[in-house]
Amino acid sequence: MTKTVKLIAPLTDQDVLQLAIGDTVLVSGVIYTARDAAHKRLVDMLAKGEPLPMELAGQIMYYVGPSPARPGRVIGAAGPTTSYRMDSYAPTLIKLGLKAMIGKGKRAPEVIEAMKTYKAVYLGATGGAGALISQRIKTAEVIAFPELGPEAVHRLEVEDFPAIVINDCQGRDLYEQGVREYRRTVAR
Amino acid sequence: MRQIEVARVTQAVKAAAITANYEPGADLLAALARGAEAEESPSGKEIFRQLLENARLAKEERIPMCQDCGLAVVFAEVGQDVHLVGGDLDQAINEGIRQGYGEGYLRKSLCHPLTRANTGDNTPAVIHTEMVPGDRLKLTVVPKGGGSENMSRLFMLKPADGLAGIKEKVVLTVEEAGPNPCPPIIVGVGIGGNFERAALLAKKSLLRELGQANPDPEVAAIERQLLKEVNDLGIGPQGLGGRITAMAVHVLMQPCHIASLPVAVNIQCHASRHQEVVL
Ligand code: SF4
Repeated sequence: MTKTVKLIAPLTDQDVLQLAIGDTVLVSGVIYTARDAAHKRLVDMLAKGEPLPMELAGQIMYYVGPSPARPGRVIGAAGPTTSYRMDSYAPTLIKLGLKAMIGKGKRAPEVIEAMKTYKAVYLGATGGAGALISQRIKTAEVIAFPELGPEAVHRLEVEDFPAIVINDCQGRDLYEQGVREYRRTVAR
Repeated sequence: MRQIEVARVTQAVKAAAITANYEPGADLLAALARGAEAEESPSGKEIFRQLLENARLAKEERIPMCQDCGLAVVFAEVGQDVHLVGGDLDQAINEGIRQGYGEGYLRKSLCHPLTRANTGDNTPAVIHTEMVPGDRLKLTVVPKGGGSENMSRLFMLKPADGLAGIKEKVVLTVEEAGPNPCPPIIVGVGIGGNFERAALLAKKSLLRELGQANPDPEVAAIERQLLKEVNDLGIGPQGLGGRITAMAVHVLMQPCHIASLPVAVNIQCHASRHQEVVL
């Protein structure tokens, strides 16, 4: 049986250990955005021993490059981007305490392994539902790399941001399980 | 000769880029509604419901359907009796994209391939210009997301591979893409021509009204078979498992070299956006 869990960021090990694939989570609190270019910069900063623009321990990273906010609005459309492009950077951040990533699409075995070892989860938000998802974002502020435009790191305050647990701390994968149930052809 | 001021092209492209990103087409909405009915998996049904709600919000609240407002692909069909005056056609199209993405609060998603520095205004567009009979100018603006474009593939098959080989590659492409290109998708397939033409055919097939069969019964039959095989994969909406991985498969086919069998698969996510204007 899957369940619905309300999570308040930042997260503890206990928060993520209770999650199983297929569970719905509603995230509230502060999360950070980063996609390709920002990840490269963050990992480069770590390599040089420089301090990061945000704390990593217990945090949630949302893979998104929002569209610009209209005057008077908090943010534009803000749905997830495809996560595999962050796979080469993710284990480094997980090792430093990142507890959850929100994105869409498959993760590499190394990322799933890192989630198992260091207790983290990967959450899927609905790709292409950028207008709908933006409704759950209450504040948005660029905190690093403004020159990257849509790829800048934002600090977002979210309320009941909906996502599904795709990979849990046991190393399971919802994509694999879901497809098995509906597949009519023999797997190659 | 009919004269058209290129300034009108700029205005038309600007308006089309904005409309395409905020107002999903009736064909797409109908396909999403059909999906919400037909999908058997509960999570898949929920995804269709969210996408319909997303489409409604986009139009009513003026929020782009998807934050990836795309690389702008522009098809320009120029009537041979048209005389374009007042400037350069490509520059006029790019100016329309620049203004549309700026004034329309659309995301600028183009960058230098190596330094990754953003160009700042979503230009240059990828422009395909074709001469056609008549005295009209038809512009189709197609914002194309990176997530689904990344999952597209081109295969130079051997003639001996035949239809079975084509099917295998199309199904493989969709299978490898899995949840990445935001299923439910539309699969555009170009068969024949040469290396670059196959890719263009695949892209062009996506301009067709969603779910309309190819008028050629031979090609329409291939579309039906491919749709079944793709959906038998069970990937489903967002890859969570389900019956509807693809809402449609569109195929365009033309003759090729006796040595070749080019096949291109252009994956289109459910954020299928295209807006046509005729001047
Ligand atoms: S693949 Fe399409 S729907 Fe998904 S994020 Fe990209 S543009 Fe949006």
